[in-house]
Amino acid sequence: MDPKNIWITFPELLIWFPLVAGLVTFFIRNEKTVKAWAVLASVITLGISVVSLLYADNTKHFYLNNVSYFWLKYLGSNFSIGLDGMGHMLTALTAVAFPLIFIATNKTSYKNANLFYGLMLLTQAGLMGVFTAMDLLVFYFFWELAVIPAYFLCSRWGGERRIQATFKFFVYTFTGSLLMLVGIIYVYMHSAPSASSEHSFSMNAIYSAVLSPEEKSWLFWLFFVAFAIKMPVFPFHTWQPDTYEQAPTSTTMVLSGIMVKMGVFAVIRWILPVFPDAVMKFDNIVIGLSVFGMIYASLIAIKQDDLKRFVAYSSIAHIGLMCAAIFTRSEIGLQGVMIQMFSHGINIIGMWIVVDLVEKQTGTRKISDLGGIAHKAPALTIFLVVIALANIALPLTNAFVGEFMMFGGLFKFNMVYTAVALISIILAAVYTLNMVQKVFYGEANTITGAMQDITVSQKFVLAVLVVFIFLFGVYPQPLFDITKDTVTAIITRIK
Amino acid sequence: MNAIILTAIWGVVMMLGGAFIKSKTTPKYLAIAGLAVIIAANCMQLNSGLSYFTVDVKDMLHFNSLNLMFINVAFGCTLLYFLLSGRDIEKVGENVSEYFALIFFILCGIAIISTFNSLLMLFIGIEIVSIPLYILTGSDKRNLKSNEAALKYFLMGAFSTGIMLLGIAFLYGGSATGTFYIDNIISGNAPMPPMIASGLVLLLVSMSFKASAAPFHFWTPDVYDGAPTVFTSFMATIVKAAVFFAFVRLFENTFGTMHSQWQTLVVILIAATLLVGNLTAVFQQSVKRMLAYSSIAQAGFMLFSLFALNNLAKEGLVLYAAAYSLASIGLFAILIKMKDYTIDGFNGLGKQQPLLAVTATLFLLSLTGIPLTAGFMSKFYMLQAAIQNGHHIWLVIFAVLCAAISAYYYFRVIQAMFFKEAAADVVLADDVTPAFKVLLVITAVLIIALGLFPSLLIDWLYF
Repeated sequence: MDPKNIWITFPELLIWFPLVAGLVTFFIRNEKTVKAWAVLASVITLGISVVSLLYADNTKHFYLNNVSYFWLKYLGSNFSIGLDGMGHMLTALTAVAFPLIFIATNKTSYKNANLFYGLMLLTQAGLMGVFTAMDLLVFYFFWELAVIPAYFLCSRWGGERRIQATFKFFVYTFTGSLLMLVGIIYVYMHSAPSASSEHSFSMNAIYSAVLSPEEKSWLFWLFFVAFAIKMPVFPFHTWQPDTYEQAPTSTTMVLSGIMVKMGVFAVIRWILPVFPDAVMKFDNIVIGLSVFGMIYASLIAIKQDDLKRFVAYSSIAHIGLMCAAIFTRSEIGLQGVMIQMFSHGINIIGMWIVVDLVEKQTGTRKISDLGGIAHKAPALTIFLVVIALANIALPLTNAFVGEFMMFGGLFKFNMVYTAVALISIILAAVYTLNMVQKVFYGEANTITGAMQDITVSQKFVLAVLVVFIFLFGVYPQPLFDITKDTVTAIITRIK
Repeated sequence: MNAIILTAIWGVVMMLGGAFIKSKTTPKYLAIAGLAVIIAANCMQLNSGLSYFTVDVKDMLHFNSLNLMFINVAFGCTLLYFLLSGRDIEKVGENVSEYFALIFFILCGIAIISTFNSLLMLFIGIEIVSIPLYILTGSDKRNLKSNEAALKYFLMGAFSTGIMLLGIAFLYGGSATGTFYIDNIISGNAPMPPMIASGLVLLLVSMSFKASAAPFHFWTPDVYDGAPTVFTSFMATIVKAAVFFAFVRLFENTFGTMHSQWQTLVVILIAATLLVGNLTAVFQQSVKRMLAYSSIAQAGFMLFSLFALNNLAKEGLVLYAAAYSLASIGLFAILIKMKDYTIDGFNGLGKQQPLLAVTATLFLLSLTGIPLTAGFMSKFYMLQAAIQNGHHIWLVIFAVLCAAISAYYYFRVIQAMFFKEAAADVVLADDVTPAFKVLLVITAVLIIALGLFPSLLIDWLYF
C-alpha cells in the first residue's frame, strides 16, 4: 500500500482509542452507561485488532503497521510504534481480554464506576503502548505508565489490606524500572547515531550498540531485574500473591493475564537481541532460578487454602517455565513461549472468572469451606474443568502445545533442568485437580447450598475462552504464522 | 541587566509604597504587575540582547542565553508563586508590601548570582539573597518557632558567609595574578597549589550549606518548618534552585579544568545528601517537614550537575529547577490551605476536593519522577549527564535506589488523599477560589508539557 494514502496506522489506533475512551469514561456519571460504554469501547478496540491481524504481513503492509514521529529530536528518541509478529499477538491478547473481563464482571458494582472503568481503559492503552514501542525510551514511558492506573485501581477498589499490598507491588516495580532506566541510558550512550543526534533510542540503534562483554554483563542484570520483577521470577515474586489477592478481581485478571506478559515480552525484545553474550553467560543462573521457582511455587500452591493465592502461585510456576525456555535460546523453545504467552493469558483469565463467580456467590475464597458446587452449578463446573485441564496442559488444550515446545527447548539445553521442571507438571496436576475436587465435587454444604448456576453473559464469556482453549489446542497454526518471523529474526540475531 | 536593575527599583517602590497604600490586597497586584513587566524585559534581553540600561560592569557580570533563561525560569516560577500564594502572603502579618519588597530584593540577588563573573559579585549576590530571607523566616513575629528559625538561620548563615569570604580570600591570594574573575583564577589542570585547594574546599562547604547538601543541611528542616509556610515554599524552591545554579557556575568556570581533582568530594556530597534526605523524609509525619527533607533529597539529584559538569548537566539543571519548583510551589500552595499539616490531615481530600487532590497527585508523581511529568525528564537528564561523564556508575545506581525510597514518602500523601477516610467533615482551613483551581491546573499542564516536550525549555538555552 502506498504510504501516502495512510492517515492513521494500526498501532496508533490501538493506543489512542483506549486512551481517549478511558478519558471520556471519567466524565460519564451513570453507572450503567459507564459499563455499556466500557464494553463498547473495548469491543471496538478488539475490532481494530482483528482488522490489523488481516494486514499483519509486514512485507506487504509495513506502513500500516509502523509509524514514527519526531519527539525528542536532540536525544535521538522518536515516538516510534509498530507491530511485528509478537506485537500483533500480544496486542490481540490485550484486545481480546478486556471485553471478556468487562462482560464477565458486569454484575460487580463499583463505587465511582466511571473512575474504575476509565482507569481500566487507560491501563489497556498503556499495555498496548508497551507491546508496540519500537523505541527504548517510548517503551520505558509506557512501561511505567501502564502501572500507574493499575496502582490506583488496586489501592482504591481492592480488599482489606489493599493499600499495603499494592504499595509493595508499586515499590517493587518502580525500583526495577529505575534500575532499568540506568541501563537504558548506558546502552543509549553506546548506541549508533541517528540523523540529528549523536546517539539514538531507536530499536535498531540499541540492537547495534557497541558494548564490551563486562558492560553487557552488568547491564543485563539491570534490565533483567526489572523484567524479572514484573514476570515474576523467583526470588522477585513476593509482591505477586499479595497483590493478586488484594486487587479487585477484574484488575487481577489484567495483571496476571496481560501485565505479566510485559516482562516476558520485554526479555525477548530488549534483552535477547541486545545482550546475547550475557544471556549465554548467565543462562544457567536464570534457568536454575526459574526451575526452582516452578517447584517452589507449585509446592506452595498445593498448601494454599485461598483460591486467589492458589491461582497466583500456579501462575508463578507457569511463568517460570516461560522464562526458562527463553534462556535456552532455541527456536522451538522461543516459539513455545510465544504460543504460551497467548494461552496462559486466556487460561488464567478463565481461572479468575471462575474464582470471581464462586466468591461473589458464596462470599468466601477458602477452599476448605467450599464443596459440592457441581450439583448446584453444573455449567460453571464444566467450564471450570476444561480450564483446569488447560492449566495442567493436557493434550488437546492450548497450553499443551506451548509447554510441549518449551520442554523441547529445555530438553535440548539440559536434561537435569527438564527432569526437575517436569516434576512441576505433576505437581500442577496435583494441586489443580485437588482444588477442583474440593471446591466443586463432594457434598454441598451450607455455604455452597444456595449457589445458582451462571447467567447467559457469563456462559458466553467462558464459552469464548473454552473455544480458544480447544481451537489453539487442536490447531495452533495461526499463532505460529503470526509469531514465526519474530522468532526467526531473534534467533538469527543471537546466533 | 534589565532584571537586576528593575527588580531593585521595584523592590524600593514596593517598600516605599507600603507607607502610602492602606489596602491589604493592592501590594499583591502591584507585585504581580511589576514582576510580569520585569520578565518581559528580561525576555527582551534574551531575544535581542537589548538592555534598557547601559552600565559598565567591568565584565563582573556575564549575560548569555543560559543565564538569562535561568532568570526567566526563576522569575516565571515566582510569578506563579505570587499568583498561587499571594493571598496567603497577605495573611502572614501587617506589613504586606514589605514582604513583597523583600522578595523582589531576593530576586535581584538571584539575578546577580546567576550572572556573576567575579567572586565579589557572587558574594554580594549571596548576601542579597540571604539577608531578606532571614527577615522573611522571622516574619511571623508572635510565633516562637518562627523566631527560633530566623535566629538559627541567621547564625548559621552568617557563619557560612564567613567561610565563603575566607575561601574567596584564599583564591585571590592563590591566583597567579591576584584576581577575582572566576575564569582567570586557575589555568590548566596542573595539581592545585595548597592555597587554591583550601579556597576550593571552603567555597564547597559554604555553597553546600546554602544549597543544604548533607552534611551541611542541619539548619534546613528547622528553618523550613519554622518559617511561615508561604515563605518556605519560596525558599525551598526558587532560592534553592538559584543557589544551585550559582554553585555550578562557580565551580565550572573557576575549577572546571581540574574537575577530576575535586570530583570525589562531590561524589561524597551527593551520596550523603541523597541518603540523609531520603531516609529522614521517610520518618516524617508532617508534610511540611517531609517536604523540607525531600528538598534535601532533590538537592542530591541537582548536585549531579556539579558531578557531571557537561552540557547535558546544565540543560538538566535548568529543567530540574523548573520541574522541581513548579511541583513544589503547587504542593505548598495546597498545603497552606490545609487545616492539619500532618499526613493524616490529607485523609479524604480526594473526596472533598477532587481537583486539588488530582493536581497534588500529579505534583507528587513529578517529584517522584514518573514518566509524562517534568520530574521524570529532569531526572532523566541528570542521570544521562552523569552516565555521559563516565565515572562512578555505582553512584547513579545508588541515586535511583534513593529515588525508589522517595516513592515511599510521596505516595503516603497520595494514599492519604484517595484511599483513606476523612477524619473531619472539612479538611481545608480556607476556601479555595476558582482562580486558585485554574492556576493549579495551569501548573499541572506546564508540568506535563515539560514532561513530554522538554525542548520547550531547553531549546531556549542555545540561542
